[in-house]
Amino acid sequence: MKMTKIAALVAAAAIATPVVAQDLHFPMLNYRTGPFAPGGIPFADGYQDYLTLINERDGGIGGLPIRTTECETAYNTERGVECYESIRGDSPLIVQPLSTGITYQLIPRVTEDGVPLHTMGYGRTSAMEGETFPWVFNYPANYWDGASVAINYLLDQNDDSLEGKKIVLIYHNSAYGREPIPTLQNLSERYGFELVEIPVDSPGQEQSSQWLQIRRERPDYVIMWGWGVMNAVAIQEAANIRFPMENFIGIWWSGSENDVVPVGAGADGYTALTFHGVGTDYPVYDDIQTYVVDRGLAAGNGDQIGSAVYSRGLYAAMLAVEAARTAQELAGHAQITPAEMRAGMEALSISEERLAELGLPNFSAPFDVSCQNHGGSGAAMIQQWDADTQTWSLITDWIDSDRELIGELATADAAAYAAENNITPGCL
Amino acid sequence: MSDNVLFALEAAANGLTVGIMYSLVALGFVLIFKASGIFNFAQGVLALFAALTLVGFQTGQVPFSHLINAIFGTNIHDFGFTMPAVLAIILTVLVMILIAILVERLVLKHLVNQEPIILFMATIGLAYFLEGLGDIMWGAEVKRLDVGIPQGMSPWVDEVTYNLFGYGFYLDELSLWALGIAAVLVTALVIFSQYTKQGRALRAVADDHQAALSVGISLRFIWVLTWSIAGIVALVAGIMWGSKSGVQFSLSLIALKALPVLILGGFTSIPGAIVGGLLIGVGEKLFDFFMQPIIGGATENWFAYMLALVFLLFRPQGLFGERIIERV
Repeated sequence: MKMTKIAALVAAAAIATPVVAQDLHFPMLNYRTGPFAPGGIPFADGYQDYLTLINERDGGIGGLPIRTTECETAYNTERGVECYESIRGDSPLIVQPLSTGITYQLIPRVTEDGVPLHTMGYGRTSAMEGETFPWVFNYPANYWDGASVAINYLLDQNDDSLEGKKIVLIYHNSAYGREPIPTLQNLSERYGFELVEIPVDSPGQEQSSQWLQIRRERPDYVIMWGWGVMNAVAIQEAANIRFPMENFIGIWWSGSENDVVPVGAGADGYTALTFHGVGTDYPVYDDIQTYVVDRGLAAGNGDQIGSAVYSRGLYAAMLAVEAARTAQELAGHAQITPAEMRAGMEALSISEERLAELGLPNFSAPFDVSCQNHGGSGAAMIQQWDADTQTWSLITDWIDSDRELIGELATADAAAYAAENNITPGCL
Repeated sequence: MSDNVLFALEAAANGLTVGIMYSLVALGFVLIFKASGIFNFAQGVLALFAALTLVGFQTGQVPFSHLINAIFGTNIHDFGFTMPAVLAIILTVLVMILIAILVERLVLKHLVNQEPIILFMATIGLAYFLEGLGDIMWGAEVKRLDVGIPQGMSPWVDEVTYNLFGYGFYLDELSLWALGIAAVLVTALVIFSQYTKQGRALRAVADDHQAALSVGISLRFIWVLTWSIAGIVALVAGIMWGSKSGVQFSLSLIALKALPVLILGGFTSIPGAIVGGLLIGVGEKLFDFFMQPIIGGATENWFAYMLALVFLLFRPQGLFGERIIERV
């Protein structure tokens, strides 16, 4: 009788007490459909697999499981904003929109809502200025870093002189594609190379005019800022006009298997920037096999593991998890809020030792985030495609970007944004 | 000859070959519009679906493997064999004919006598359905398509033009093949429509539905026939464009390139599709060549539509289209 009463009391208490979700919400704004799906799927799979690994192997972060929700944006800005609106009331700890267009729309919204936004290797470059964009982070590298690293690599290839060289920038004719132009123009004045800018309208299925022009221009190097089908077509056209592939450098969004596999042997030697390691030769992949794939929990079809963009998704998830861990340490409790997550992101420190502990030795350049610098290290490496083995391999060590120049450009851009939006820069 | 003239000639020659690639897409639209008055929004997706199916057969991929693996926890991807290109093309043609039959049975049959806009809406639905089906059936990853058509700079054109002008023109061999294939395709279509019973029936339906029906021609058969031919044309377009960019979902967007071609050439004329493609191809390349130094590049997308707009103002039926006569 006594036991029945106790049980009844416990049951009544359980009913009366509102259930508070004890988990960490990591929403995923993915695009698994539409023309850009070949790029969106591996990123989403990598992101999700890493979070699954953390849940399965470690029981979540700080003892709390990670809850993921997936919203399909189809790489469409309006749908991306709708996705954000659908999750913003559900304590999202970090939003990664995977699109520069969506990013621009979300910056004022997340700032008002107090939701951290991470745009890794895309988005608004000047968001690295943390005092103006306190809720936006774009570590570890941004587009201006990419442009600078590409030029630093070419300087290294040419005994530190690009005087008299001609470099073509072939770019997606969009806000994304135009991002590196001011940096490259600045660098062209500084180093004395001629910059030829050639736009390609989306989607970039037909580029014969552009490559006829490149053939006429006879450039020493071609840098590409492309996305989707534009990349594969450009690499095919470069192969067609017999442009040396080792002199053709893509930004990291032009450096996936999707871009080179359709070209076959013609893509051999093509190079691209990357701000993370390539391949599966990292201990974390053994854990993913054991705790995720072998348990039948792999995202999607499980066939993207180890691809360039899968690795990027995994890296983004790893940085999100590390930021959440840091946030929990700072807050002193596991159930963190978006504001506490933001503080964790701002205090994030990725060291070589920590990367090794995570099973990702030298996968990323070490970096620290601060209130002033939301942009990370800015370092990147060059990867090269081997058409025979169908693999990317790293051909350089980490190359630093010219952060002095980029800092100047970012500060000017951020100041203009602050003036337009009546923002008083400062640390939160 | 000055360098600029040579470069302009090279751009024009490239425009001709690219224009033929546009024509290949436009042909599918014309065939269906001519026979049934339907503007087939799904033509680009048909090209994508055909190319996906072709690569699937060639590589021995298991259809719906992603779905099967997700439901049953299996890990199957392919049959373990590859198929010669010719056999894979034949099988893909059969699949396109099957799609034509299904479209007629499941969609068109139920929409007889409906307004053209209803039929157009139905093809929009069909486009989304086929795109999703292609995704589930063959996966969304980018696929390499190789049926043995060579790509890259044509050494023959390079040598001949070098001997003539002292400057070797660049022309992609794939585009030259497209020229030959388009010629064969148009000839075959002309022979079919002029000299076969089915072809004459098709022309009769195109001329006058009611009259054709009154002499016993089966409209349903003609629809299956037209959609089958359009499916085969879509396969050819899918092969040519897919060889160039890989088979990926943006392949369906090539339909956007066909619209100005149709406006120029006329929606009901096969020669119009060819001439329209050539005009758009040459026009956009020359415009880009001359205007690029002044207004920057990337003019091709809007130039084609601008040219089409001018034609709409002065000759709305296009160069070869049937004159629009409204009797009150």
